[in-house]
Amino acid sequence: MSNVVLANVGIAYDSDVVVSGLDLSISSGEWLALIGPNGAGKTTILRAIARLVAYEGDIRIGDQAVAAMSGRELARRVAMVMQEPHMPDGMSVSQYVLLGRSPHLTYFGKEGRRDHRIVADILERLSLDALAARPLDHLSGGERQRAAIARALAQQAPILLVDEPTSSLDVGRQQEVLELIDALRAEQGLTVIAAMHELTLAGQYADRLALLVGGKLVALGGPAEVLTEPAIASHYHAHVQVLSLNGSGRAVVPVRSHPPKVAP
Amino acid sequence: MLILGRRLARTAPRPAALLQGLPYLPWVWAGAGFVALLGTAVLGVLVGPVHIGLGTVVQALVAPIPWFHAAAVDPGQASILWSLRIPRVVLGAIVGGMLAIAGAAYQGVFRNPLADPYLLGAAAGANLGATLAIAFAPGSTLIGVNVVPLAGFAGAGLAVAGAYALGQTVTGLRNTTGLILAGVAIAAFFNAVQTYIQQAQTSNIRQVYSWILGRLVTAGWDGVLLVLPYVVLSVAVIVLHRRLLDALSVGDDEVTSLGISARRVRLIVVVAATLGTAAVVAIAGTIAFVGIIIPHTVRLLVGRSYRVVIPLSVLFGAAFLMLADTAARTVAAPAELPIGVITAFVGAPFFIVVMRSTRAAAL
Repeated sequence: MSNVVLANVGIAYDSDVVVSGLDLSISSGEWLALIGPNGAGKTTILRAIARLVAYEGDIRIGDQAVAAMSGRELARRVAMVMQEPHMPDGMSVSQYVLLGRSPHLTYFGKEGRRDHRIVADILERLSLDALAARPLDHLSGGERQRAAIARALAQQAPILLVDEPTSSLDVGRQQEVLELIDALRAEQGLTVIAAMHELTLAGQYADRLALLVGGKLVALGGPAEVLTEPAIASHYHAHVQVLSLNGSGRAVVPVRSHPPKVAP
Repeated sequence: MLILGRRLARTAPRPAALLQGLPYLPWVWAGAGFVALLGTAVLGVLVGPVHIGLGTVVQALVAPIPWFHAAAVDPGQASILWSLRIPRVVLGAIVGGMLAIAGAAYQGVFRNPLADPYLLGAAAGANLGATLAIAFAPGSTLIGVNVVPLAGFAGAGLAVAGAYALGQTVTGLRNTTGLILAGVAIAAFFNAVQTYIQQAQTSNIRQVYSWILGRLVTAGWDGVLLVLPYVVLSVAVIVLHRRLLDALSVGDDEVTSLGISARRVRLIVVVAATLGTAAVVAIAGTIAFVGIIIPHTVRLLVGRSYRVVIPLSVLFGAAFLMLADTAARTVAAPAELPIGVITAFVGAPFFIVVMRSTRAAAL
């Protein structure tokens, strides 16, 4: 049971309302992309599901309220990849990924052979095995992103929250990371909820898109329903053309409303 | 051996290990720690105004063992050893080990390399408590125990509890900065009161100064027995938190998403470290620098995981303070220098040498 249901969720930082009246239901095994302009509340919603911010309303995983779970229980159900994960200098990749086993250990517990085996398998699956002993501060951007995903996978949680998985990666690395998440979703039946700012990529990988503006849900549905020129123009204040790609989704291409003069 | 040890610690893969790159305690360094501990202890017992040879020390040590028949030791020398030098050396080891592990623990929970055991006001509180006792209740005892260490212990505990309560009301402990600032405020206030009392009571000023700068003057085993239960409890709790201290290094949010309550870990470790610190400060005064220099030296030489830093800090902290105390009572003999002066005077240059030779890459 790894479907996630948000019912009338409201989130405020002090007196600033960031998200209000949000109803959203994500089925087990689905990839839902949260899209929307900066400040729409995408990250905040992910943080609420991981119970890193206080919220009003109800968030449920399966038939259990997130608010009623213990920290360890929640971490066994939900793993989160932060947008800018903090990677302590000098810590090795294997030590970092092994931290993902924490929800399966008791307070004073120590990782055992089984935990080491799980982490070794994940490192191999993510092609990080050769980097296992390397300090995190010696990794490239793409390798760091993979290490962060590996730590989340080590939690063996059925729900993966990913905050801007492609920010600061080049186009090749972006595809690599998203293909990896999609492959893992297929292999392990993960439910993926990702905050994404790249609309084209969101449309290509997610089953459904939830468009948020100012903390409210304004559109929800498949890429063809949500990624429309009028919707993007009105909510992002952007001039775009949405191109239908043969069989591989839709491309959202920015266009200049006053194109520069081209020299003859 | 230094270079060999570093090589081993940084690059040697564990044979047949499932995962490469996990931190483990290198045997070379653990061995070096025990050798340092033993060496400085022997030196501390041998050095003193009355010459006592190594043979006599060994005889005195084995004499209490019932089935061991050693030559009789001169009772005067035996008395010097058993009631002066050995308890003092043991106390030095306990104080040094405790301050070093408490420093490492504070650096871990606050994720701050400048944290030391006095960060939340333990030293200021202990100084104020001791100054009050020296000024207003000189020579008093409570249930047979001198009131000065008791007042120091209470002062240290009160200051840290105050800082914690203040930090909680101001920031709800959402981050460590609020707690650190609360500690700074409490320490400043306690220091002001302490200085005022000290200036008003100039007749006791020497005694107050000597207390603040730290000393290991002890007669018999009372001091050792007084601090031992707190130190054992404190060290045990901190050692059990090695894995969690490593986990805290990814930050509060991420550690929470791993199902670990950063606040709970921080509270338990701070309480444990403060209990031990307050106990040793009450007996030995506020000895500076050990809590910073020892954990950082271990980090620079062996690695940053608390699984390594915590146990090695205890060994090297104990050895360092025994050595510093031996120096404190010999360099200006028959006078004794405050041990805090030695720890800073010797410790600072040593630390700079270590920093330069490792290029501080691990800081």
